[in-house]
Amino acid sequence: MTQAPATRAPVRERGTTAMGTTAGPGRRDLPGTPVFDGDSSRRGLRMNRLFMSLRHAEARERFAADEAAYCREFGLSAEQERAVLDRDWQAMIDLGGSIFYVYKLAMIDGLSMQYLGGVFTGMGEEDFLAAMRAGGRRDG
Amino acid sequence: MAEVIWGLATSHVPSIGAAMDRGKTDDPNWKALFDGYAPARAWLAEHRPDVAIVVYNDHANGIDLDFVPTFGLGTAERYEVADEGFGRRPVPDVVGHPELSLHLVESLVDEEFDLTVFQELQVDHGFTVPLSVWTPDPGDAWPCPVVPLLVNVIQYPQPTAARCYALGQALGRAIRSFPEDLTVGVLGTGGMSHQLAGARAGFINPEFDALWMQAIETDPARLAAMSREELIRQAGSEGIELIMWLVMRGAMDEQITKVHSDYFVPASNTAAGIALFENRAPRPA
Ligand SMILES: [Fe+2]
Repeated sequence: MTQAPATRAPVRERGTTAMGTTAGPGRRDLPGTPVFDGDSSRRGLRMNRLFMSLRHAEARERFAADEAAYCREFGLSAEQERAVLDRDWQAMIDLGGSIFYVYKLAMIDGLSMQYLGGVFTGMGEEDFLAAMRAGGRRDG
Repeated sequence: MAEVIWGLATSHVPSIGAAMDRGKTDDPNWKALFDGYAPARAWLAEHRPDVAIVVYNDHANGIDLDFVPTFGLGTAERYEVADEGFGRRPVPDVVGHPELSLHLVESLVDEEFDLTVFQELQVDHGFTVPLSVWTPDPGDAWPCPVVPLLVNVIQYPQPTAARCYALGQALGRAIRSFPEDLTVGVLGTGGMSHQLAGARAGFINPEFDALWMQAIETDPARLAAMSREELIRQAGSEGIELIMWLVMRGAMDEQITKVHSDYFVPASNTAAGIALFENRAPRPA
């Protein structure tokens, strides 16, 4: 399989632990592929905890009432808080968010995984969904 | 002695469950997927086991990232269906089989698979969607008690494919050494190729999925030899969860017989696969 990344609108790789950007045992080059590893999980622990808490209606209400206060309650870093308040999905991933956890926040905003796919690829939701219905995206 | 009578591999994408819960199975975007399930469902309805084991992973619902067990086994009498944020799926809670669970834990630990034990666990779509793929209309109860076997596939380093296959083989021995005469169905869940985040989000690899579908039946050792990196490259960062199919496959005999398989793109951002195998050598043609 070729590994050439699909070229799309530039996507920040800042702080990601995409393989090939971080030293470590057995790391290989996997362009365009954030790997949620132990380092990401350590950095993202509090933010991911916040996302998981949003399963509960009562937590969603408190979050909606004062998002910044809710972020501080969970001990997010300033950068993470900014990413959450701005709905900067790529930054949430870069700052240690697990996609399955980040998705909890997207859901309460009424956004789908196809919407997020549109953001991560720079394609926008409609084109992303069309690409999926056409059989998905390929390498190269 | 208990015996594995079938193995079912299936995707566990939440939207498959949502399509069923919202009566959208005849929707043009879904119909082909559900039509593809029909032959497997018909066969399974005729082959109800005494107990099932579902190999799956949680997705921020039953467990969090405070603890990341590589392998875990539920030993509860009941498993509540998780509310993932907007009400729980309208499906029954799961009745467990604590005696079998405790036997499996002991046998597997004796074989040096040091599992984490879950005395309490809420099960999410990773668990309930495969049950719905098997049994679309369970009524008040699933067809039989079910035991959850959890695999960490969301935080790197996931267990190797080889370790999953070996765990499955040990699971098969553990099942066979259970003193009671029970028939067992094993479900390996997740996959097939997909990637949710990054510039490569939306990645689907039908050639690899076809290879996987064939080799899971006839040459699982080839799949077990794949590295994590190779799996992520070929199946996508979330497609690596296909390693859970290898746990199911390992629990079955070397020679198995395919009952039915099907492949459908897309279920959400995922290539959805189903493969049902009977645990017996193929009859000579
Ligand atoms: Fe999964």
